[in-house]
Amino acid sequence: MEKNPQDEGPQEQPSEGIPAPEGPANLIDTDYVIGQDNITASPMGINLDLHGKVFTFSSLVILFFVILTLAMQDQMEPIFNSMFSFLTTNMGWFFLLGANVFVILALVLIFTPMGRVRIGGANATPDFGYAGWFAMLFAAGMGIGLMFYGVSEPLGHYGTAMGGISMGEDGLRTDWAPLGGAEGDQAGAISLSMAATIFHWGLHPWGAYAIVGLSLAIFAFNKGLPLTMRSIFYPILGERVWGWPGHVIDILAVFATLFGLTTSLGIGATQAAGGLEYLFGIPSGDTTLVLLILGITLVALGSIMLGVDKGVQRLSQLNMALALLLLLFVIFVGPTLMIATGVIENLIGYVTHLPALSNPFGREDANFSQGWTAFYWAWWIAWSPFVGMFIARVSRGRTVREFLTAVLVVPTLASVVWMTAFGTTAIDQVVSSGITEVQDAALELQLFTMLEYLPLTAITSFVGIVLVIVFFITSSDSGSLVIDSITAGGKVDAPKPQRIFWALIEGALAIALLLGGGLAALQTAALTTGLPFTLVLLVGCYAIVKGLMSEPRA
Amino acid sequence: MYRKIMVPIDLAHLDVLEPSLATVADLARHYDAEICYVGVTATQPGSVARTPEEYQQKLDAFADERAKVHGQPVSTRTITSPDPVADLDDLLIDAIDDVGADLVVMPTHPPKHLDVLMPSHGGKVATHTDVSVFLVRPAKQ
Repeated sequence: MEKNPQDEGPQEQPSEGIPAPEGPANLIDTDYVIGQDNITASPMGINLDLHGKVFTFSSLVILFFVILTLAMQDQMEPIFNSMFSFLTTNMGWFFLLGANVFVILALVLIFTPMGRVRIGGANATPDFGYAGWFAMLFAAGMGIGLMFYGVSEPLGHYGTAMGGISMGEDGLRTDWAPLGGAEGDQAGAISLSMAATIFHWGLHPWGAYAIVGLSLAIFAFNKGLPLTMRSIFYPILGERVWGWPGHVIDILAVFATLFGLTTSLGIGATQAAGGLEYLFGIPSGDTTLVLLILGITLVALGSIMLGVDKGVQRLSQLNMALALLLLLFVIFVGPTLMIATGVIENLIGYVTHLPALSNPFGREDANFSQGWTAFYWAWWIAWSPFVGMFIARVSRGRTVREFLTAVLVVPTLASVVWMTAFGTTAIDQVVSSGITEVQDAALELQLFTMLEYLPLTAITSFVGIVLVIVFFITSSDSGSLVIDSITAGGKVDAPKPQRIFWALIEGALAIALLLGGGLAALQTAALTTGLPFTLVLLVGCYAIVKGLMSEPRA
Repeated sequence: MYRKIMVPIDLAHLDVLEPSLATVADLARHYDAEICYVGVTATQPGSVARTPEEYQQKLDAFADERAKVHGQPVSTRTITSPDPVADLDDLLIDAIDDVGADLVVMPTHPPKHLDVLMPSHGGKVATHTDVSVFLVRPAKQ
């Protein structure tokens, strides 16, 4: 518990000689003052307070990539694609290994005495209630994917598992079945496909989020460092973290977050428009897409103007309520009994298949482990700075044990229930009723096609589309908050116009890329940041343990 | 006439506060009122303080300094928020009742067109409370 005499903002005079805070946390002693490298200006009466280097360079990098992709789309796309396939093919083991480390550390921490450490100091009280907190964790972390993959992924794996193994001439497997497949074995194929889906949506993605979230939360709330990615590196780099090594980490985080969000916004709008066309015959042309993105951006803007508490939290709760409604509907109208028993069976199946599915070395199912698993892992890890930072921001006052349970265990169980409900219903339609339309439908329409075979289609599909849109809004608003805080040198109280700026940039880039092409290419580019961030997260693991060791336990 | 004056304080921008602080001192002496300095800070580390406790200490020190200037009784209140930029106005409005103030004195900027979209904090507070609010604008050149 040290306090530095220079630990004051440049403008304040009267606070010299103030004693160190007698808080229960263990602050890191640093000369760095949050915002010391910031530049402030007020053009046209709009106040700005930005980290000079991080803001400038990340803006330039973003502009450079957008122009490059728009101007030379045909040349850039193959480059990004081959970069990414190199990553998943040759570095797949690294992603799988890293993700295992994150999960194991997070699980172990729950049961160690370090789990009693409270984020924000021993006497900190939670900023948000359980319902709002959990809704925000979930909406920021997964949301949209559950809508699209809840039906299509179990169905996809079921199809490949039933198909069994096929060998190419070079002795490599050409099939996409998980593990050894389950040729002709219906029950086995169902079990394997559900286990594989839950594997991709269970402990591992949330493990990555938990590591980033926890390390940031500890270093910001307990150690007094700014809430930005570089702070994780303090135990390794020390004061150098405030220089270029730190800038690079932050710029990378802005890059991954902005392009991750922008490209998903563009692709998501395409899918939502597809759904609207399929259901209501609204033509999904450019006009619809642009209107959708404008609408999503506007609501996100309103939400960030209202702030985390009144904006993001409420929207996330609305989101949860709608998702729960849709889930309950599918459970009760679908094969209820199968789903109920399925939850237990799939959980057992998940645990049974987990060691084989998460094994990074010597995999025979290269297509599955690289094309699916490594792809997902790169995706989750590229998103982890954004989700992790947002999770950290809203988690003050929780103990480490509470945090890990809510970020790791509860979402995993929620994924199990969700995937089982949607997956079982879809597979049951194929197996029992011989309906093949769902399997044959385009990926983004599979959910709606499945709902068509259940009652009240018009209502449920409408809820489905609304959910897709609201999930995007909740990602967009929390993302803008995160980018704003990183580019403001970790300040969360930077002037409001800045967060508006980022939300607008997101919408504008999404429209530009949608009309000009190159969305998929840039998304691939964003995914490649998964590799450096795997390293960042491994450092995060070390930082967490180091940070927690020096904290008083509640 | 006034017994307790609430004065919102932004420790990061004390230079902006200067004219209003003099006004507060004069008013407090005139009415022999107590002054309650209220600070709103993020729960995250910020430029002024790295913990809410540290912020409270700095605010206390600030209030003591001011007491030496005007000689009136002072008190402080630190309010924390996970998102102070967005919550500031509402937190200040709630604080008026919590501290039992019957007058609020705070600095504000001259009206500008942008206020339509983003109202000034002072304006927002004044329209949402039933106590008197004194908005101090920068002196004309």
